[in-house]
Amino acid sequence: MTEKRLKTGPDFTWRDMEVGNVITEAGNAALRETGDWRTQRPIVDKEKCNKCGLCWLHCPDAAIKPLEDGYYENDLFYCKGCGICAKVCPKGAITMIEEEEK
Amino acid sequence: MSERIGLEASHAAAEAARMADVDVIAAYPITPQTHIPERLAEMVANGELDAAYIPVESEHSAMSTCVGAAAVGARTFTATAGPGLEYMHNVLYVASAMRLPVVMTVANRALSAPLSIWGDHSDAMSVRDTGWIQVFCQNSQEAFDMTLWAFRVGEDAGVLLPVMVHLDGFHLTHVTEPVILPEQEEVDKFLPKFHYPFALDPDKPMTLGAFAPPDVYSEAKVAQEVALRKSKAVVIKGFEELGDIFGRYYHPVEPYKTEGAKTLLLTMGSFSETAKTVIDAKKDRGESVGLINLRLWRPFPFKELRQAVKSAEILIVFDRCISFGGPGGPVSSEIRSTLYDEKQRPKVVSFIGGLGGRDMSAKDFEYVIDRGREIAENGSEELYETVGIRGKVTDIRG
Repeated sequence: MTEKRLKTGPDFTWRDMEVGNVITEAGNAALRETGDWRTQRPIVDKEKCNKCGLCWLHCPDAAIKPLEDGYYENDLFYCKGCGICAKVCPKGAITMIEEEEK
Repeated sequence: MSERIGLEASHAAAEAARMADVDVIAAYPITPQTHIPERLAEMVANGELDAAYIPVESEHSAMSTCVGAAAVGARTFTATAGPGLEYMHNVLYVASAMRLPVVMTVANRALSAPLSIWGDHSDAMSVRDTGWIQVFCQNSQEAFDMTLWAFRVGEDAGVLLPVMVHLDGFHLTHVTEPVILPEQEEVDKFLPKFHYPFALDPDKPMTLGAFAPPDVYSEAKVAQEVALRKSKAVVIKGFEELGDIFGRYYHPVEPYKTEGAKTLLLTMGSFSETAKTVIDAKKDRGESVGLINLRLWRPFPFKELRQAVKSAEILIVFDRCISFGGPGGPVSSEIRSTLYDEKQRPKVVSFIGGLGGRDMSAKDFEYVIDRGREIAENGSEELYETVGIRGKVTDIRG
């Protein structure tokens, strides 16, 4: 099987469009960086986190991954910065900071 | 042996869909609908046609159902008219952009208000930019032939686009005329089985109708635009094949007695037949006139039209739709634009008539030609003239 790649970028011309814009390979959504228009990002304070998993449960983009040690990690490739995780965290362990603040 | 029988144009279109052995028909069954889906419903109920007949609750649903049916590779047909076409407007774009070869017969009708169920081309002109291949018919035979042809062209592996077949509401849809119905074998020879290369298949997952962010939308639209323009070659090939099998040859632009004619009249649909009788009479009186029947509306036949009118001095374009606040009838403004860059071109004169079912008799076409020549010679302050309008109009100016 050929490697999946997103059909976009400067080398991708109108001639490369499939007939009817059909996407012939399943599972391409995972390749799309939905986090590229984020203006805020979540910062987790591990000291406060009690590993309840509510952030992981509520994330509308499945951009929060459980780690082996029981904590959770934000996948900034997908995270759109909506702030729902910060809102639902019962411990106030997640704060949203402006992207510019880096 | 093919047989020649009296058929209403609507029934001729239904007969073509039956002989094309359509798989799915989705249609809204109430006004402004025509006898086309009514007859097809009868055929399915009587066992004359093995198809899924889906009587939906609106035209928006009708076209949405057609989109879904075509996406699984079903040969799909529907029919609508006037406000019904408007109601499915946004889904028309979906069908063409997804390259689904739905065939639809449209009984051309006026748009309300004032409430009118009678014929004109307001509905057709409002969907001219939807990306469908579009043709106009003059008579019942053509209603049959063009409907059959629509499947042949739309489903061609090099085309894969939906096709609209326009029939003038009432003046054609409700008129019974002699129609030659071919044998099923001839139809099967003309129209191969439909194989949609991207048919939905659980074993081969694909995404149809995906979303396109700004970085690919333009590319998608240009690809669609090129596909529609390139379809003209298959449009013409389809006409030739139809002619070779059934003996009736059609063309994107059909000149009638235009050789050496100084003045040409351009009409579309059933009005062309009335106009022909006027051309005949005028020719008998020694007048230098001819007619252009514009059959193919999309993709627009630029080359053929320029060729057909290049020796004429005056080209009178007859529209059945007002482009409110615009540069005249939609057809006349497109023709002006087609000829604009030509070094030698006829003077284009624009008339609008036959709105909301107003009859245009031979006398009216005679007036259009005579008055058109007058305007070409002396000029007019008005952008166009409305044929038969009561009261002098002095405010339609550029």
